Amino acid sequence: MAQILAPSTQWQMRVPKSSTLGSPIATKMWSSLLLKRNMHGAAKATGKFRVLALQSDNSTVNRVEQLLNMDVTPYTDKIIAEYIWIGGSGLDTRSKSRTISKPVQHPSELPKWNYDGSSTGQAPGEDSEVILYPQAIFKDPFRGGNNILVICDTYTPAGEPIPTNKRHKAAEIFSNKKVVDEVPWFGIEQEYTLLQQNVKWPLGWPVGGYPGPQGPYYCGAGADKSFGRDISDAHYKACLYAGINISGTNGEVMPGQWEYQVGPSVGIEAGDHIWCSRYILERITEQAGVVLSLDPKPIEGDWNGAGCHTNYSTKSMREEGGFEVIKKAILNLSLRHKEHISAYGEGNERRLTGKHETASINTFSWGVANRGCSIRVGRDTEKNGKGYLEDRRPASNMDPYVVTGLLAETTILYEPTLEAEALAAQKIALKV
Amino acid sequence: MSLLNDLINLDLTDSTDKIIAEYIWIGGSGMDLRSKARTLPGPVSDPSKLPKWNYDGSSTNQAPGDDSEVILYPQAIFKDPFRRGNNILVMCDAYTPAGEPIPTNKRFNAAKIFSHPDVVAEEPWYGIEQEYTLLQKDTKWPVGWPVGGFPGPQGPYYCGVGADKSFGRDIVDSHYKACLYAGVNISGINGEVMPGQWEFQVGPSVGISAGDQIWIARYILERITEIAGAVLSFDPKPIPGDWNGAGAHTNYSTKSMRNDGGFDIIKKAIEKLGLRHKEHISAYGEGNERRLTGRHETADINTFSWGVANRGASVRVGRDTEKDGKGYFEDRRPASNMDPYVVTSMIAETTIIWKP
Repeated sequence: MAQILAPSTQWQMRVPKSSTLGSPIATKMWSSLLLKRNMHGAAKATGKFRVLALQSDNSTVNRVEQLLNMDVTPYTDKIIAEYIWIGGSGLDTRSKSRTISKPVQHPSELPKWNYDGSSTGQAPGEDSEVILYPQAIFKDPFRGGNNILVICDTYTPAGEPIPTNKRHKAAEIFSNKKVVDEVPWFGIEQEYTLLQQNVKWPLGWPVGGYPGPQGPYYCGAGADKSFGRDISDAHYKACLYAGINISGTNGEVMPGQWEYQVGPSVGIEAGDHIWCSRYILERITEQAGVVLSLDPKPIEGDWNGAGCHTNYSTKSMREEGGFEVIKKAILNLSLRHKEHISAYGEGNERRLTGKHETASINTFSWGVANRGCSIRVGRDTEKNGKGYLEDRRPASNMDPYVVTGLLAETTILYEPTLEAEALAAQKIALKV
Repeated sequence: MSLLNDLINLDLTDSTDKIIAEYIWIGGSGMDLRSKARTLPGPVSDPSKLPKWNYDGSSTNQAPGDDSEVILYPQAIFKDPFRRGNNILVMCDAYTPAGEPIPTNKRFNAAKIFSHPDVVAEEPWYGIEQEYTLLQKDTKWPVGWPVGGFPGPQGPYYCGVGADKSFGRDIVDSHYKACLYAGVNISGINGEVMPGQWEFQVGPSVGISAGDQIWIARYILERITEIAGAVLSFDPKPIPGDWNGAGAHTNYSTKSMRNDGGFDIIKKAIEKLGLRHKEHISAYGEGNERRLTGRHETADINTFSWGVANRGASVRVGRDTEKDGKGYFEDRRPASNMDPYVVTSMIAETTIIWKP
């Protein structure tokens, strides 16, 4: 199946698409805002409403795009704020918008809001209000102007965080003085897979079959090796516009799989930026007519899984003598392997097999430049005697609030007993 | 193609003072919107300065053929998001040549209620949550649903994101900006529980303007779905079975309710609504009995109930209102195809004027 052709991004459309935009396949893959009405096979258009305008034979112009891209700032001070929260599964993002009377700079200027928790599996029908507390603001790349995206977390009316609210606990950890002093940095490598709409088979893969084996796809270019680049590229710019600290992207080992990195972010920001970047990514795949999957092992067999490697350092690790601090941190992590693994994403056992550049889920290991370990330390860090470590265990569907909070807690706040330390040091061959 | 686009978007302000005014009215079904345009010599911001007009009522089921003129009285002006410049949309209501409101003109009666001194003194505010469903053009099956089949059950769609959970967002988003541009007091939007269903909210609006703004917002929405090639439905239960219906929950408060001690006023008002349940229900939209079943976050049509944060009740009071001792309440009974002039004025009449 052909890959996506150049999109007209939402925020720069000036000229309506000409009717040479493409073959029926291209219009099917990309949420083109035009669908040729005389496309043969009504079956192709069924069940896939992505079409926003019908370009009829006598060509009515596409005016929905003009309205979508309209810059309302000359006509009103009002802005639109899209409140975003995490739903009942812990992985689904939800959002709705409201008008705010004028532009705001800080989340504290935004009102709390509420939503129907009984429709997201987060509250019973007879007591359904769940309260949204605004926590972080980003510019809205879809609406432009002064409009914003707002990352929120969720509380009962009495002010208690509801069970799926993982940000609250992370924020507590990150305000602990010892953690604040260590200025924890996170660089998170979010992998994801793109699936074709309706069949849920990866993008670029022949339906009913498989592509050639892994090898040519990692960072590859070409119509036979790279599927969905436009989504990755559009996402990159959208995140930069929004103010997300996106640091890079690359095509992954499994065809149809991609990765982007966010960081370095300090403390709780890492979680906020990752959730907002996931929301923006799903809005883009929605427009593109492609399904986003954060499943850690989307295809069984000799195909890579999707992870969320988390690079981590503290002030002490970044300064002279930091390598010793890193080794002590790894020791602590080895003692809490089970606690971490259970919080690192559902279904991770299908991914962490010991093959495909992972470590087995039951064994904790570390090594320099070793991608088959639980924790990898870069050659630079070893050479300079300071730097950071990479926890390769988290799955792509991990909750970044949980993972970053746990890493800080285990390496800064947790103190193992001396015997436990000594035993562990022996076990993982660490001289600390 | 490009020439047509250029022509539609011609900014006339440099070439002429004339403006285009689109006169909008409600047709014979009480739910269909009609409009036609005329040229005016210069910009206008006051409806009373606009000329009355007329239309062929025999073509909209509102007059007999041998006496077909129905007169349009301009009532509210909004900026035209489709033509822009100084061009306007004009919300009108309909009268016989003798000056009597025709039967489908519900605005007239509402305006009388809203000018009653007791009602004026109470400054009634309305926040209306308009739900609607988008349908595929030729099959009339909801947008995003496989023709001949059904999507996965409700759960992931409310406020959802993603190509498998959200269908038609561009219509909703362009409607939001178009309404802001036009001057409609649109306060928010969200994806609804049933896939292909959406909601926008208008308010808080005072008195008669609530009705005007909802009708203009509905008009703008139908113009946008026309461009997008989708069909707009305000049916209160578009798909029978385990799928949510579409409502137009009406949030309401008066000055007394918003001041200290307001919670008692709210409770009295709700009691009065309970005593007139049947009258209200019969005015709250055709086909509502298919929607108000007691399931899918509705209350049964025959029973009047109220509760705090209870989405299964006829009237819901928010937790904030209970906590602050003042605020507003939400009448969850109106269907998506209700007439806002009727509903807003009836709520005001029952709670402010009527004595049991």
